[in-house]
Amino acid sequence: MGNEVAVLGVGMHPWGKWGRNFVEYGIHACQAALKDAGIEWTDVDFCSGAETVRNGYPGYVAGATFAQALGWSGARVATSYAACASGATGMNAARAQILAGLCDVALVVGADTTPKGFLAPNSGERWDDPDWLRFRLMGATNPTYFALYARRRMELYGSTEADFAKVKVKNSRHGLTNEYARYRKAFSEEEVLNSPMVADPLRLFEICATSDGGAAVVLSSMEFARKHTTNPVKIAAISTVTPRYPSTVIEMPNMSTDSAYSVAVPDLPFRDSIAAAAYEEAGIGPEDMSLAEVYDLSAALELDWYENIGLCKPGEAERMLNDGETTIGGRVPVNPSGGLACFGEAVPAQAIAQVCELTWHLRGQAGERQVEGATAGITANQGLFGHGSSVIVTK
Amino acid sequence: MSQAKTRVPAIEGWWSADGGAPHLLGSQCSDCKSYFFPKESMYCRNPKCSGTKFDEVPLSRTGTIWSFTEHYYKPPEPYIAPDPFEPYTIAAVELSEEKMVVLGQVAKGVDMSELKAGMNVELVLETLYEDDDNEYLIWKWKPLAD
Repeated sequence: MGNEVAVLGVGMHPWGKWGRNFVEYGIHACQAALKDAGIEWTDVDFCSGAETVRNGYPGYVAGATFAQALGWSGARVATSYAACASGATGMNAARAQILAGLCDVALVVGADTTPKGFLAPNSGERWDDPDWLRFRLMGATNPTYFALYARRRMELYGSTEADFAKVKVKNSRHGLTNEYARYRKAFSEEEVLNSPMVADPLRLFEICATSDGGAAVVLSSMEFARKHTTNPVKIAAISTVTPRYPSTVIEMPNMSTDSAYSVAVPDLPFRDSIAAAAYEEAGIGPEDMSLAEVYDLSAALELDWYENIGLCKPGEAERMLNDGETTIGGRVPVNPSGGLACFGEAVPAQAIAQVCELTWHLRGQAGERQVEGATAGITANQGLFGHGSSVIVTK
Repeated sequence: MSQAKTRVPAIEGWWSADGGAPHLLGSQCSDCKSYFFPKESMYCRNPKCSGTKFDEVPLSRTGTIWSFTEHYYKPPEPYIAPDPFEPYTIAAVELSEEKMVVLGQVAKGVDMSELKAGMNVELVLETLYEDDDNEYLIWKWKPLAD
């Protein structure tokens, strides 16, 4: 395939609520990824940063901030912002440079330091910003949207609160031995169902927290990789698609959807189209996937993703879960890392961390949580304001 | 004795109660007839339409519930929460004519357990928050009697 780039190295800083400067987490991850790749920082041609919007100007110019902290080397630099999908956009920028022949080696890094509690919009009176208006006019928080999707599953497919709790139980067991996970505790279904209700039907232990963390990958041309290693893991696709008009599923931060009055809805709703674009690019399909890392902003949302990335038909996700198909040891384990349930979300790092996790599994380096015989995996993620993100990694 | 407060919209121009029952105000592209709420007034978002002219139109004041949730924690600012905080319900409602979904809080006094997907609701105006002088109104969804 002519569109592949190599994942030469991966690295992460443990997720937590460390309260330190985000640059520290990012550099820790960069150094780990460079060491894993067996190259020096000065070998990097292009530094691609994923932006954090909660850490002032250094966060807005994350690519340059990390490049300066590693030592100005004259590398080319860029910074991407696509909300939760920023890491994928950063990787896509690096991949494009490599495939265009403009560079051989790129470092992609994202890191965040997050405030406590609900993610809130920027301050001030901002009557033309939908992200501000949704809080002001109706108190629609991020969990509001997750809860609307969860309740929709219950209404449409008869999903139960116990089904959602079981997702959390599964992920909490997956992440138990993951040294990068913030929460390493095996939850019981009862504990989850006894946690406080936040946005009905979702409870506290079913909603993703915000975390500090950092992740980095070193990507290179296949030619460069062959000189440095044998059988590198490859990125076969990166999808960063927008929705297609009219998108009639309510999405953060909007208070309304497009109208399908004069234009018919597209064949695939937005979330399905994200993975479909990745499969098309990679030339393989869901049946070829050994594992998946998906964005479980809520326990219930993980079930939606099973269907969105084609692991099963609509309405079958609960059966897949309850049959153990998505547990490590099952047909196609989902979130073997423990997912956001065990990590919490460090926005600009998360899509990169998903690729780190797939890489470890495809190399057979995932330790106790290893998905045996993994040959291909997919990530799925979505950033508000219409940013799809899906990466396919293959052996 | 406190005087009756003035009832003012929490946001200007998003609905009208002229001529009786309240309804949201959207815009409709003069070329492709696509509806928009909140109002689009610059460029039509249909990728195959280059329309730049829009008419302000009333939207259907009834629809059916797509999904719903009740919120148990005080959200961050700029939401202006009563003290003590009161849980509130939000519904996503499909407008059948316009074929779009519009969010809104559910009218006070409606228990979430009464709601179901597919249920018919209508638009009402209620107080979102108040200060010393004014009550600030917002649209809410209220189940219709069968």
